Amino acid sequence: MDNQTPSFITRIVLALSVFFRILFDPRFALGVLGLKEGKGPAAVASESTDSKADTSAPPPPPRLKEAGPDAALQLLGLLQQEGRFIDFIEEDVVSYADADIGAAARVVHEGCRKAMREHLTIAEVRSDAEGSRVTLAKGFDATAIRLTGNVVGEPPFTGVVTHKGWRATEVRLPKLSVNHDVTILAPAEVEL
Amino acid sequence: MSEADFAIGIDLGTTHCALSYVDLNAETDGEGGIQGVLQVPQLTAPGTVGELPLLPSFIYLPHETELAAGDLTLPWVEQPGYALGDFARSRGALTPIRMVSSAKSWLSHSGVDRRAGILPHDAPEEVNRISPLQASTRYLEHLKESWNNQFPDKPMDRQDVTITIPASFDPAARELTAEAAELAGFQRANLLEEPQAALYSWIQGSQGEWRKQANPGDIILVVDVGGGTTDLSLIAIIDREGNLEPHRVAVGDHILLGGDNMDLALAHVVGAKLAGQGTQLDPWQLRALTHGCRAAKEVLLGDADQESIPLVVPSRGSRLIGGSIRTELTRDEVRNTILEGFFPQVDAAARPISRPRAGLTQLGLPYAQDAAVTRHLAAFLGRQAQATEELPGFEGRAQGASFLHPTAVLFNGGIFKSSLLSERVMKNLNLWLEAEQAPPARLLSGADLDLAVARGSAYYGKVRLGGGVRIRGGTAQSFYVGIETSMPAVPGLEPPVMALCVAPFGMEEGTEADLPPQEFGLVVGEPVRFRFFESSVRRKDEVGVMLESWLPEELQELGEIEVTLPAEGRSLGEVVPVGLHAAVTETGTLRLEASPVTGEERWKVELDVRQP
Repeated sequence: MDNQTPSFITRIVLALSVFFRILFDPRFALGVLGLKEGKGPAAVASESTDSKADTSAPPPPPRLKEAGPDAALQLLGLLQQEGRFIDFIEEDVVSYADADIGAAARVVHEGCRKAMREHLTIAEVRSDAEGSRVTLAKGFDATAIRLTGNVVGEPPFTGVVTHKGWRATEVRLPKLSVNHDVTILAPAEVEL
Repeated sequence: MSEADFAIGIDLGTTHCALSYVDLNAETDGEGGIQGVLQVPQLTAPGTVGELPLLPSFIYLPHETELAAGDLTLPWVEQPGYALGDFARSRGALTPIRMVSSAKSWLSHSGVDRRAGILPHDAPEEVNRISPLQASTRYLEHLKESWNNQFPDKPMDRQDVTITIPASFDPAARELTAEAAELAGFQRANLLEEPQAALYSWIQGSQGEWRKQANPGDIILVVDVGGGTTDLSLIAIIDREGNLEPHRVAVGDHILLGGDNMDLALAHVVGAKLAGQGTQLDPWQLRALTHGCRAAKEVLLGDADQESIPLVVPSRGSRLIGGSIRTELTRDEVRNTILEGFFPQVDAAARPISRPRAGLTQLGLPYAQDAAVTRHLAAFLGRQAQATEELPGFEGRAQGASFLHPTAVLFNGGIFKSSLLSERVMKNLNLWLEAEQAPPARLLSGADLDLAVARGSAYYGKVRLGGGVRIRGGTAQSFYVGIETSMPAVPGLEPPVMALCVAPFGMEEGTEADLPPQEFGLVVGEPVRFRFFESSVRRKDEVGVMLESWLPEELQELGEIEVTLPAEGRSLGEVVPVGLHAAVTETGTLRLEASPVTGEERWKVELDVRQP
């Protein structure tokens, strides 16, 4: 498999799972961003080792907050409930024709989109068209805008928007009863 | 009522409920106003409470072992013992024997005891069934608690509340709705007919522009097709001292036919196509397909370029790719099924086809036998040909017309988001009008098809307090009590019945009818029943008029009514002469009372009588 490019099917699955990892795992997202900028796997790997070295170096250990699993599991449950997300990812796609996978992808796309729109409001970070030139003034938000490429000198910076970015402007997850077990992403069904 | 901060409108629908509100203290002119739609907290999955603008009108009565503790918990109640709303609908679809649905249709079904535990209709013995009245009460309670949860300082019972009902609801169904509101803890709720609410919403939404779209002499036809019912009303615009006054002149029959029928019809078309290819769908898959058809229908009816929409019936098991069934819904299928099935091009003289009922019909809801909305519309306009003759400014308009000629049409209901359907209705109507040399009717634009009823009823609350145009018209029926004439008994022949008018057409809220001169002898201590009739066409009958014969389409028989004279101060078996006195309450319900010819007492006549 080493040098083979993945099939279309595998790519769909990969795209979906990567989408969520990008959403929930900033470090992973950083790596993907590197890939997207064309640095190649090696560069990404070395970058992530660098950052590892950075974080472990300072004497007072940096305080990292740990994301509770509840909201992530709840969202996963909603995606399964509306869009059969886990069924899709867990199924072995190798033996199926692209048309069959495409049909299932419709269910997943429609359902996940409904769930996402119901529970999250997602807006573009930059409203400029991708490919257009923009100028970033001094003091721009470095979390919302990631600089890549020839990052030298002082702002204002001028560059090209390669990805407009996404921002969750509102999260509306349903409330849960106190004893609700979020680890059950979908209950087993038994018909009597 | 003056201390109310909000006017609240509740759309108590067959398939969905919604609540809209207007801030009465906000500085606005008469026809604008800031409106909100309440986000209703409800179970969306076990132990999960989400907030949605619509509350599906479904109740699920779970088995005791079916759910874990806390799975039904709502922000205001720990153990309600049942689920209501979104989760009730989705779980009930998998276990229909435990789901209460269409309670509103049952509430208006005079063939059953509406206070008895009869729902779910096909539940097994061990399920604790509830009555249609109880179900309606629970929906209202849920909305009340949702409101109080969001506005703890402005409790619902101190606001001005309006609940909408189909215009075709009979007096007993209206009274049961008012009773449900009372049981749910509403201090006072007014009733408003849904097509009127739709017109109010249109008036409000126009921000005053409606005066340019409507003129004196207009007759507006409101076509309201909801999830489960089709409701028709005619509203005339009259000139009252220089001001436009909408006047509701007629309402249609209760037609159990709506958007859900259309989605189901499409699912069956696709299901039959799959069966032809050797794939049989189980009920679960058919439901999923119905769901898919609803979304596909909206696209295919809305986009003229779309030839077909792929549909996928997902597998029930976890094998999504291997187990799903692929098919498609084509534009021709949608057009044939929806346009030709539900909105066929017909003549003005067309009437709904009624098949003779099979000998052994199951006791269920009296669904419309003819699915063609346009034929029901033709029948309604034909029956109401003379509806405007009594109105100032409309005299002589109906001469030579075989049906009433509307000049404008207002649509309501989500299905009319497809312009194909509204265009088809307009085309039908305008061809009928053209055949009688009448000008074509206009389409009133700018209606909010989904939330108009809830919004319009909130606005109505504001209007009642003196802030805008009010639709007049009063009751759209006259009411009669059946009196058996004495004649020698003839085997096999029922004694002829005469109909005594006790309430005339057009009684406004808060008014009383005259006391008819006829007296009845009631036996003290024994329940006495009367046959009860209504007419939506006999506009001139006054109280006391006795009809010896009538055309079958003139009078509709309603459920029986009953009165019992208490024995207080009288001896059992004594016969007391009484008169029957009708009034329309401020709430909007009909009240019939028996009062002795000598004396001030009054006894309520029950409009909703238990079936023997």
